[in-house]
Amino acid sequence: MASIHSIPSVEEQYEFTAESKRKLTIGIIAGVVLVGLGAFLAAKGIGSHEHVEAAHGGAQSAEGHHAYKWTTRLWANVWLNSVYFTGAAVTGMFWLAYNYLAQAGWSAVFKRVPEALPAFLPVTGILMLITFFVAGHDLFHWTHAELFDKNSPEYDPIIAGKRGFLNTPFFLIRLVIYFAAWYGLWRLLRNFSLREDLEGGTEYYEKSIKFGTAFLVIFAVTSSTSAWDFVMSMDTHWFSTMFGWYTLASWHVTGLAIITLVVVSLKEQGYLKAVNASHLHDLGKFMFAFSIFWAYVWFAQFMLIYYANLPEETIYYRERFTGHGGIYQAPFFVNLFMCFFFPFLVLMTRDAKRTPIVLKIACWGIIIGHYFDFYENIMPAAVGEHGGFGPIEFGMILIFACAFIWSVSTQLTKGNLIPRNHPMLEESLHHDI
Amino acid sequence: MHVTSSVRTPLVTGGKTYADVTEDICRQVEGKPTREWTIAFAISFIVLIYGTACVFWTWWEGLGVWGLNKTVGWAWDITNFVWWVGIGHAGTLISAILLLFRMKYRTSINRAAEAMTIFAVLCAASFILMHMGRPWLAYWALPLPNTFGSLWVNFNSPLVWDVFAISTYFTVSLVFWYMGLVPDLATIRDRATNKVSRYIYGTLSLGWNGGAKTWARYEYISLILAGISTPLVLSVHTIVSFDFATSVIPGWHTTIFPPYFVAGAIFSGFAMVQNLMLITRVVFKLEDYITFEHIESMNKIITLTGSIVGVAYITEFFIAWYSGVEYEGYAFLNRMTGPYWWAYWAMMTCNVISPQLFWSRRIRRSIVWTFVLSVVVNIGMWFERFVIIVTSLHRDYLPSSWAMFSPTIFDISDYIFSFGLFFTLFLLFAKFLPVINMFEVKAIIRSSSEKLPASVSGVAKGERVANPTFNKNAE
Repeated sequence: MASIHSIPSVEEQYEFTAESKRKLTIGIIAGVVLVGLGAFLAAKGIGSHEHVEAAHGGAQSAEGHHAYKWTTRLWANVWLNSVYFTGAAVTGMFWLAYNYLAQAGWSAVFKRVPEALPAFLPVTGILMLITFFVAGHDLFHWTHAELFDKNSPEYDPIIAGKRGFLNTPFFLIRLVIYFAAWYGLWRLLRNFSLREDLEGGTEYYEKSIKFGTAFLVIFAVTSSTSAWDFVMSMDTHWFSTMFGWYTLASWHVTGLAIITLVVVSLKEQGYLKAVNASHLHDLGKFMFAFSIFWAYVWFAQFMLIYYANLPEETIYYRERFTGHGGIYQAPFFVNLFMCFFFPFLVLMTRDAKRTPIVLKIACWGIIIGHYFDFYENIMPAAVGEHGGFGPIEFGMILIFACAFIWSVSTQLTKGNLIPRNHPMLEESLHHDI
Repeated sequence: MHVTSSVRTPLVTGGKTYADVTEDICRQVEGKPTREWTIAFAISFIVLIYGTACVFWTWWEGLGVWGLNKTVGWAWDITNFVWWVGIGHAGTLISAILLLFRMKYRTSINRAAEAMTIFAVLCAASFILMHMGRPWLAYWALPLPNTFGSLWVNFNSPLVWDVFAISTYFTVSLVFWYMGLVPDLATIRDRATNKVSRYIYGTLSLGWNGGAKTWARYEYISLILAGISTPLVLSVHTIVSFDFATSVIPGWHTTIFPPYFVAGAIFSGFAMVQNLMLITRVVFKLEDYITFEHIESMNKIITLTGSIVGVAYITEFFIAWYSGVEYEGYAFLNRMTGPYWWAYWAMMTCNVISPQLFWSRRIRRSIVWTFVLSVVVNIGMWFERFVIIVTSLHRDYLPSSWAMFSPTIFDISDYIFSFGLFFTLFLLFAKFLPVINMFEVKAIIRSSSEKLPASVSGVAKGERVANPTFNKNAE
């Protein structure tokens, strides 16, 4: 499979054009307008959930003690997108860290792409803090003090038992620690990487391995605990030991798809000339493998709960399958199809993984599919039967996606697009499989 | 053109030529058995004979000879089964997953690791047969036509899934291992000096002719088998974990079991590979091929998988508390502080704490430390399965059924049997087949040698030089 290829120059500077900025600004404005429209409709009580309510009137008579506010759906969307893009961003760091530790050579040439992702972490981190402060009581059932009060009629012994973990100060401390640790270690690696460009040598490479490994140690614990905090605690009674790794699998493959999509798009714009079909092929393999891995943990979690049939566990899938007027059943299957069957079939052949357009289709499938994954895990707990797909959802995705692209593009301009002094660069430039 | 970065460390030392590789590795196959080998084989074989007698007695007399009681219906049998299956996983990981990842250090350890896989799975299967009580009816586990009686397997049972998983795993591992052996068997065939070995190795090498097309087919089949083996190796221990996790027994029913079992399996398997390779490299004088780099890389994987297992332990423990399910909470508290506390803490120390010593570069590159810690890891992994199985079973929902398990001499001897079987098979393999994949090591000589000899094809320096069967520099 040897092919003759000349190695193009490694000197490339990405330009974040005014045209791109204009498009992204329009995207954000459109998103804001959509969210505004959605909010207006929701405030007026004209929304998709009304139909559901009409169709299943009285189903929510046992809705509970906290009256539903239309703003909840707005904040739930902020939270959902923040969790999703936090995962996409931190996966860039995760990728860098394990590539350093495993002494991967082939990936060096497009290393600046995963390196650009974690810059978005402060944005989602701050948004999550704000959301928690503003709408914490609406989104997180466990934030209500009366649940822990023995004399209150609302006393819930199970939730009270979780107090050591689920309490506001500890939650906030954890949230801050996650973002500080992930972002801080990324800044270190990023600085090493940019200085390596200027100074060369292997000193920064060795340091990157050390701090990358430190990140992996921290991420080993925080990836699970953050999944419990950000998503699992919304379904306060429910628990699953797999949930941390399940969320990690989802975050990771989303990040892989975003990395691949950015690499392919840059190549189409005439950048990253040194990236060849073999690199794309390997990225395709990663997406293929980790889509299967996601399906594996999804299935293992689902099957074990289904098989053991314990009511405190099955309720999670019951709610998503038939609960809330059945509005979460379609996303449930869309999720499975987009996250597993679609990439599995599309990326099966060798040629598919080496063809940019097919790769892009698979990337979009995975990226959209995993939005549904988080939607399915967050929305039933956050808004219940008031959920749906309306202007708020689409608008919020548009705002976050445009902001994320903006952040990534800005980062890409901050250094040479190819890490010119990376010790593995030669291996990567001659990558040929 | 492939480039190797200068930051990479060499994987073959001693300035070996291609001829040296052939010579160094074939020497053991072609020469007389060494003293060490003969002694080791004699001991293993005696252990196997003793173990076989005990297994025979277990079958003859029935499972009553084990220490099982009405509450603890699974103990050492399934512990041993899971332990051996787990050990097998490293072989497939090295040969399949590391092949997909193009890790060059796998080339000199994959052959022995795959052989270990096959023998470990055989040992595991022996416990499945043993614990059936009536092993002559083992075919009942297969979905055979009803002419065998009004009998149809219960496909809802994870134990049946296990039968499929293990037998598929064994078959694919065997095929993978054998395909990898073919080119090397042909080398031995071509070097054979007597008719018997030429006939045997000639038959085994399936008419391999070393042509370009043959090699191309060989590469395809390797990649396809690696592709098949990768999900397979994950699925096998996943299904083993289903044996427990599909139940509603506290301590068993937890959703993290599948990936956690897989990580634990790779963890213990790598420890066993370390033990085998550390002995092999000294006895067979293969220090130039199984270098400190190999040992260090494997120790890193041991640390990684050990830490993944550690995260799983903590997760299980945390969720047992977080869920508020009192049975789960009790199961974990009982593990830690109940009558089997020593097993729990043995598991924790051996599996989670001891591999963390490998964070020190000195320890990770020390032969003695590596050997000792690898043994420790496998002790820990045996205790892990014992803890999961026995501590969850010995406290039934009804306190009147609470019991303790004490192993009888047959529990112990049947376990010893599996060691006899494993080492007998492994020693036979080490003597009669090349323990290192010669042609794959040759494939990395140019890229990963410490120093390249002037002529990389070279002439062997062994005693065969006086009377070479093939010497390309002769003219």
